[in-house]
Amino acid sequence: MSGILLLEQALNGLQLGLMLFLLAAGLTLVFGIMDMVNLAHGSLYMVGAYLIATVSAAADSFWVGLGVGVLATAVLGMLLEVTVLRRLYSRDHVTQVLGTFAILLMCNEGVRMVWGSQPISLNPPAALAGPVELLPGFYYPAFRLLIIGVGLATALVLYLLVTRTRMGMQVRAGASNRDMALAMGTNVQRLFTAVFGLGAALCALAGGMLGPLLAVQVGMGESILILAFVVIVIGGIGSIRGALVGALLVGLVDSGGRTLLPMLFEALFSPQVAADAAPAVASILIYVLMATVLAFKPRGLFPAHG
Amino acid sequence: MSLAHLASLRLVAAAALAACSVAAVAQSTEPVRVGLLSTLSGPGAGLGVDIRDGFQLAVKLNDGKLGGRAAEVIVADDQANPDVGRQTADRLVKRDKVDFMTGVVFSNVMLAVGAPTFQSKTFYISANAGPSQYAGEQCNPYFFSASYQNDNMHEAVGKTVTDKGFKRVALIAPNYPAGKDALTGFKRFYKGEVASETYTALNQLDYSAELSKLRATKPDAVYIFLPGGLGINFIKQFVGAGLSKDITLFGPGFSGDEDVIKAVGDPMLGMFNTSQWGHDMDNAANKKFVAAFEKAYGRLPTLYAAQGYDAARLIDAAVRDSKGKLDDKAAVKKALEAAKFDSVRGAFKFNTNHFPIQDYYLRVITKDTKGRITNRTLGAVFKNHADAYVGNCKMPAL
Repeated sequence: MSGILLLEQALNGLQLGLMLFLLAAGLTLVFGIMDMVNLAHGSLYMVGAYLIATVSAAADSFWVGLGVGVLATAVLGMLLEVTVLRRLYSRDHVTQVLGTFAILLMCNEGVRMVWGSQPISLNPPAALAGPVELLPGFYYPAFRLLIIGVGLATALVLYLLVTRTRMGMQVRAGASNRDMALAMGTNVQRLFTAVFGLGAALCALAGGMLGPLLAVQVGMGESILILAFVVIVIGGIGSIRGALVGALLVGLVDSGGRTLLPMLFEALFSPQVAADAAPAVASILIYVLMATVLAFKPRGLFPAHG
Repeated sequence: MSLAHLASLRLVAAAALAACSVAAVAQSTEPVRVGLLSTLSGPGAGLGVDIRDGFQLAVKLNDGKLGGRAAEVIVADDQANPDVGRQTADRLVKRDKVDFMTGVVFSNVMLAVGAPTFQSKTFYISANAGPSQYAGEQCNPYFFSASYQNDNMHEAVGKTVTDKGFKRVALIAPNYPAGKDALTGFKRFYKGEVASETYTALNQLDYSAELSKLRATKPDAVYIFLPGGLGINFIKQFVGAGLSKDITLFGPGFSGDEDVIKAVGDPMLGMFNTSQWGHDMDNAANKKFVAAFEKAYGRLPTLYAAQGYDAARLIDAAVRDSKGKLDDKAAVKKALEAAKFDSVRGAFKFNTNHFPIQDYYLRVITKDTKGRITNRTLGAVFKNHADAYVGNCKMPAL
């Protein structure tokens, strides 16, 4: 095992973690402030990726596609909030799960009707398609570096937005005590719509960043939504800081586990046992992490509610 | 008895007679019913849609008939779920009383669909899944594979990699039965050193850990069996990491087919894969199929579409050669075994276990004369290749 391999794994974990953060940030705000379980969050990620892929291909520019796709998805998210989701806030969680699950199914079928069942293509801009040499002998994909940069920048912007602006203050107030925030005269309806639009934009941004690495296909939202839920449960529901820490933890543990565990198992057991056991253990590692965190801090690492 | 009464009796008798003769006519012109049960939703839907489109194209080009009789194709979705597959198959054979079943993509679904289909003495014509169980000890007179046996394409890649002189190859497959079978098939014909053998989770999104490992082990080539979206994710990340410059990428036909190319684009160029068919193969049946498919659906057909098309043509031949007497199971079986149809892949015949003996080809992904990124068939890897399980098959009587 070399230092370069470890460094590469750390960067991979950071990159995966930051992308999970983009998804988890919107999810945790909606869950924390509106007390709403939104299973359709992953659908916005999928729709965002499809829009970005389509506009990118039409405009022949990844950046134009990214901009248009993110804005369009934000608008779509706000429309969804105003027309449907608003009616679900006062219902219990089971109704919300059923309602948003229905939206998820409709989104999947809708995307299939518009774009077809076969995955579509979204490639990184040519300048970023290859690897760059970070250290002598250490190549890292340029696009993954961009993802890390975008993720860090977004985290910073979100931090400033939540801690330094009036809207951020209302968001924090809403997350820690919704009834009191209402009583103090916060325009909750407008705030909720804005938060939902922001969450949708972050989803689309994650879709655009991950699209060139992953398959842009129907159902892509569900597989990543599960990870996002793990992140917000670890981080504490409603907390942006918790989402960031949780996402980085999940990213590092997941990608680190998949490289280091097989090596460890190969050193300890026969190759046959290692080949069978290591992938199985690596895939449950993040759930072990979640269970451990919950055993010591049942409300997550940074609970938002006071 | 009044006259009027008598007249009405006569009328009833005439009507009954007429009804009888209508029923008799209906018996012989009753449509051939085919249950096309495939994966039409979820991440694997693209594959099932191509099988369906290929099958329906063959029926359409045949004026809506199979073997001279009107065809009724009942399309159903198995959701890539063995339980749903088994229930739906049950409904198709019992309620809809289909004469043939076809369409399943995934082998785990196939193994669940097999039992109710065979029990009801319905013939199953596989347009994709070719599990080793049905080729060997569990071979069944009602099962015919119009595609391949699961191991075959992997064997062909193993042979190719050895012939091309690669000595250290890394292997990657998902951690499930078909993944392990794939690598077993590969190793059956690969003579060099296995640099590493990695099993990944079946729903894995990110392959950065596996790619770091590849960079560290430095193999000459890597062989992937990663169906559908898994392969798309892997290939994009493999090329992005710059590994494609030093490591040659090999896969079975599924990992290098038109659906994957459409999703990945340029990074696919130069990938080798193997298949029993290519859209550029030079025979009359194939030219007709590819042209008609492009015209009807506006895209190049995949392997799955070709298999769906051939499954329909095989059923067409069986209905024709059994003179439409579909209740005579022995006659239908004999007609299916003879397989008198022009396959789009050229020469095709069944082995004693009802799996094909056919050629397997090496394909490479390049730009064609129209500038499209697509497969070009390079040449045969195996001629008249049979599967490894036929020796274990003691074909039971009907």
